[in-house]
Amino acid sequence: MKYNKRDKALVLLSDGTIFYGKSIGQSGTAFGEVCFNTGTTGYQEIFTDPSYFGQIMVATNAHIGNYGTKEEEVESDSIKISGLICKNFSFNYSREAADDSLKNFFEKNNVLAISDVDTRALVSYIRENGAMNAVISTDVDNIEGLKEQLAKVPEMNGLELASKVSTKEPYYFGDENATYRIAALDLGIKKNILRNLAKRDAYIKVFPYNATFEEMNEWNPDGYFLSNGPGDPEPLEGAQAVAKKIIERNLPLFGICLGHQVIALANGISTYKMHNGHRGINHPVKNLATGKGEITSQNHGFAINREETESHPDIEISHVHLNDNTVAGIKMKSKNVFSVQYHPEASPGPHDSSYLFDQFIENIKNK
Amino acid sequence: MPKNKNINSVLIIGSGPIVIGQACEFDYSGTQALRSLREDGIETILINSNPATIMTDPTMADHVYLLPLTTKSIIKILEEHPQIDAVLPTMGGQTALNLCIEADEKGIWEEYNVELIGVDIDAINITEDREQFRDLMAKIGVPMAPQATATSFLKGKEIAQEFGFPLCIRSSFTLGGAGAAIVYDEADFDELLSRGLEISPIHEVMIDKALLGWKEYELELLRDKNDNVVIICTIENMDPMGIHTGDSITVAPAMTLSDTAFQRMRDMAIHMMRSIGDFAGGCNVQFAVSPDEKEDIIAIEINPRVSRSSALASKATGYPIAKVASKLAIGYTLDELSNQITKSTSALFEPTLDYVVVKIPRWNFDKFEGSDRTLGLQMKAVGEVMAIGRSFQEALHKATQSLEIKRNGLGADGKGYKNYDQIIDKLTHASWDRVFVIYDAIQLGIPLSRIHEITKIDMWFLKQYEELYHLEKEISNYTIDTIERDLLLEAKQKGYGDRQIAHMLKCLESEVHARREELNIKRVYKLVDTCAAEFKAQTPYYYSTFENSVETTDGNVYSENESVVSDKKKVIVLGSGPNRIGQGIEFDYCCVHGVLASAECGYETIMINCNPETVSTDFDIADKLYFEPVFWEHIYDIIQHEKPEGVIVQLGGQTALKLAEKLDRYGIKIIGTSFKSLDLAEDRGSFSTLLKENNIPYPQFDVATTADEALAISDVLDFPILVRPSYVLGGQGMKIVINRNELEEHVVDLLRTMPDNKLLLDHYLDGAIEAEADAICDGENVYIIGIMEHIEPCGIHSGDSNATLPPFNLGEFVMQQIKDHTKKIALALNTVGLINIQFAIKDDTVYIIEANPRASRTVPFIAKAYGEPYVNFATKVMLGEKKVTDFDFNPQLEGYAIKQPVFSFNKFPKVNKKLGPEMKSTGESILFIDSLKDDEFYNLYSRRKMYLSK
Repeated sequence: MKYNKRDKALVLLSDGTIFYGKSIGQSGTAFGEVCFNTGTTGYQEIFTDPSYFGQIMVATNAHIGNYGTKEEEVESDSIKISGLICKNFSFNYSREAADDSLKNFFEKNNVLAISDVDTRALVSYIRENGAMNAVISTDVDNIEGLKEQLAKVPEMNGLELASKVSTKEPYYFGDENATYRIAALDLGIKKNILRNLAKRDAYIKVFPYNATFEEMNEWNPDGYFLSNGPGDPEPLEGAQAVAKKIIERNLPLFGICLGHQVIALANGISTYKMHNGHRGINHPVKNLATGKGEITSQNHGFAINREETESHPDIEISHVHLNDNTVAGIKMKSKNVFSVQYHPEASPGPHDSSYLFDQFIENIKNK
Repeated sequence: MPKNKNINSVLIIGSGPIVIGQACEFDYSGTQALRSLREDGIETILINSNPATIMTDPTMADHVYLLPLTTKSIIKILEEHPQIDAVLPTMGGQTALNLCIEADEKGIWEEYNVELIGVDIDAINITEDREQFRDLMAKIGVPMAPQATATSFLKGKEIAQEFGFPLCIRSSFTLGGAGAAIVYDEADFDELLSRGLEISPIHEVMIDKALLGWKEYELELLRDKNDNVVIICTIENMDPMGIHTGDSITVAPAMTLSDTAFQRMRDMAIHMMRSIGDFAGGCNVQFAVSPDEKEDIIAIEINPRVSRSSALASKATGYPIAKVASKLAIGYTLDELSNQITKSTSALFEPTLDYVVVKIPRWNFDKFEGSDRTLGLQMKAVGEVMAIGRSFQEALHKATQSLEIKRNGLGADGKGYKNYDQIIDKLTHASWDRVFVIYDAIQLGIPLSRIHEITKIDMWFLKQYEELYHLEKEISNYTIDTIERDLLLEAKQKGYGDRQIAHMLKCLESEVHARREELNIKRVYKLVDTCAAEFKAQTPYYYSTFENSVETTDGNVYSENESVVSDKKKVIVLGSGPNRIGQGIEFDYCCVHGVLASAECGYETIMINCNPETVSTDFDIADKLYFEPVFWEHIYDIIQHEKPEGVIVQLGGQTALKLAEKLDRYGIKIIGTSFKSLDLAEDRGSFSTLLKENNIPYPQFDVATTADEALAISDVLDFPILVRPSYVLGGQGMKIVINRNELEEHVVDLLRTMPDNKLLLDHYLDGAIEAEADAICDGENVYIIGIMEHIEPCGIHSGDSNATLPPFNLGEFVMQQIKDHTKKIALALNTVGLINIQFAIKDDTVYIIEANPRASRTVPFIAKAYGEPYVNFATKVMLGEKKVTDFDFNPQLEGYAIKQPVFSFNKFPKVNKKLGPEMKSTGESILFIDSLKDDEFYNLYSRRKMYLSK
């Protein structure tokens, strides 16, 4: 190894602001909505989380790639972010259990990463100006061309993306002799949700995003699950229809993140695009039933309307986000239905909220 | 109001004098606790015997007791304040916890109806009694290294036979790993086992299988009464298991921990904290992780109190652990409190970092001649520095620049080792310089795999070192004229000092600085905000870095700088850097008061310091805190940015004072006494001329640069002769010699270790009495704030002497000479601010030993004893806001105050405990006596010659 001289790279935001950085050795260009994640661990889980589809990720942790990558620690079969912006990229990793470097992982997945950007300045900028589309590129002499291409990238608001990451065909997860059968609608499901359910004696059939309630019901499940996923929940009419039917029949239902938003929409509560979203593994949530706090893993750019939720006759707010009082969880008063905006499956992040999976299984038992 | 309405009056126990393993971090935590409780309208009563602390200021608590930390004192306080509802013992280290247990065992808390808050007795007992702790961990399924307890020598031998070597021996109920050792070899076992048993107050040691080379981590936890637990910080030790965490280089956040491993560790930590007891407060948990693919995690220990690491974690994250822990102790829950930095988000969260923090301990082995300098299970460091950067490399460089050991960073200063065997030896036996030796090893071509095999330091860190080495080589291919912007920026981003780059480019430091300016490579300042910029922060806590640029739509290209300069008049206070023997907490006390007094005068105050244990680096103290090395380049850049009216150097000890010359040269105003006067006092030749002109006696002296010169001088001066190098701290290298042989030996030795230094030879006034005076001078008038007489005769460093305020047996005639000399010298030196003068008194004549126109070690002591804020007054004088005559001095002291030095010799078993002109004590305590008939005084007086070296 010797001194590693690297080429220039840049981030161009849709409002024309440029942040300069360096290439990590790849060349290319990538587009997406720019968002930031404040986790200090768990980069591989984040990059492979389907909820990030279509987004260029700014990692705020000062170093990325220190412990390489490990095949089992993925949340889907590939990198789902459209590109990475970081401060220091580790070309050398250290972990006995790892099987590859992060650089090779990006190259294998054909995803672009750039480094040496003032990520802190970029995050402050997003915080002040809101999430927006951006391009990252090593083609630093073609700014006008990049601007033109960037203008053609659609806005995240109103964008349906679940179809891009959902399974095409149904599949099964877990032990087929398990006690409970759960039908999961895949809007971009993270693997660790399936692992968490399977660990609790459940056998899961995962359905494509456009499956109907009837198709799911035909398998004769004990409970239903609506998964996390990318994009705006509003265009997901099929999923909302599924949720409505489950609710009508008062069947056990649990929703996470996008699934939570779908359940809210199915109840007539609107959703909105947040200024810059919640993405990190240190988000404080209060469980209003127990009065206890939880440190949670979060990743969402949309949220459900708080006033509409508060005044809804059938719904009560079960969890709130302590930093900004947004709705973090809801529960239907007379139904076997609940959902959370955050990620009890963690991966990455704390395990404080894994009790929600136990609660779901309890709900199934007591149906 | 607090959630617990029954708590209205709280007793806080301080940590007492500074010793190795328990330093000024507890002044920081205690100060925060007091402020936090008072915010809630709670009456605070404090006990601490350490006068050099901010926490013992009369304004800090409702009642301050400067009493010995004994149950007798506790009873006295509880008698005088029957209203005390609760005691908070978690802010004063192990000392406070131990006193709390003792009082509990004696039934004192019960008798006076005092509730224990912040921890419970069972938790203290369980975590300190290693046998109980091990049983509990086994019960809750938390793995530990194979361990067994021995309460006898025989039992210890049996255990060793069972486990095999290497083994660790740890004494129960001790501090900073006292009595702990790794035994590699059966031959050493007996001795180390006996010592471990002896040191333990309950004659008990834990023997465990040594997990050498396992990676070591620390987590800082907070829990409230609702059982909400948050992890404030995760710290990774770069030095793996086998070196005490207080002696390890540590990094935050963890650098080489995957999320899966970290979350398992987090779960274990929370589980452990919940299992040891039901209390609201802070905890520190230590873990080891196997460096193989299994990533096994085992628990090492848990401390149910704030610690050195929680002080570090508070500074590293911006989350004030002690402040919040105090609120939790009085019944608040985390979700009711707000984040102290953002002021808008919740305190129930886990801080996240977008920078890297590196802590390096500061050792003082040179003070303990003959000491074992190898690092191990027992802490030996006397202080520490912390540095913040946007990468590990930058933070590591800044930390090495903060140490004040004449290094400019890693490599590129021509000071590295080049001998293969020496390097291998130094890698194997880790000591103060291993952080530098790793770089030397890479430079010499020793493979990383070999360095890893010897040190067990994770390869990620070693690779980071290697990258630095490659960068140094690359830069060395250029000259100042040919180096490109990108490469120079990269060097600065990785923390290289201008001096180092100058070394690589073979040019001057000033040329590198000029080239940087020309290429627009400027230091920018970023905020420590607990949240990686996710939320807007309100707190002005900054560190420097270098960043790539941003270009706005109108073509403006810049690097983002978050430190916005106000148009107020400003003053910078230079801090005292890492604690070391001779320069400790006293100077932090002075800096804090300097800041507060400047603020009272309407200045915007700016603090620069790099010591995480201090109150001065609490972001609530100054208007702006720059957590930066007290290193020329960093200071100069801050001055360029802030453009203050001037810089206060006389409060930060020798560290700040040493920078005066350069500040003066660069035309920066020094507030108070000018550089010319500071230099005059330091220069023996000119200073003695000044004394002569003023008819003030001083011991005969001369200056030598060679052994020959020294011997010639000795013919003129009579033996005994005091030999010392000039410009040193705490009497380093000072010795009294009685004949030519000794003189020659010492001079040769000094010139070898400190080449190119001038040596001062004084005629030593044998059997003289020593005294010192501190005064405030505004250039026209002088007020002597206190005169202290040493109990031991002349020859023992003033920092190591017991001393009384006021003097106990100096006659009127002598006292008048002291006063006259002090006034004359202060005026002759044009002092503006504080001055300390040391005297030797023989045959009723008062001789001047030295004068230091700056805050001295004794100023805080005198301020406490007399109950007057002298540093505040002196600062106002320095700033020209007040004259000495403007103050109404009214010192209050009945009887005498005795300053008693405290030593940490138990950490260095083989070191000679003899005292001499070189300072060895690590801390001090204050004792008030009504009269000289007091037993304590009598004891000190009668023992005064015991430790004196010839």
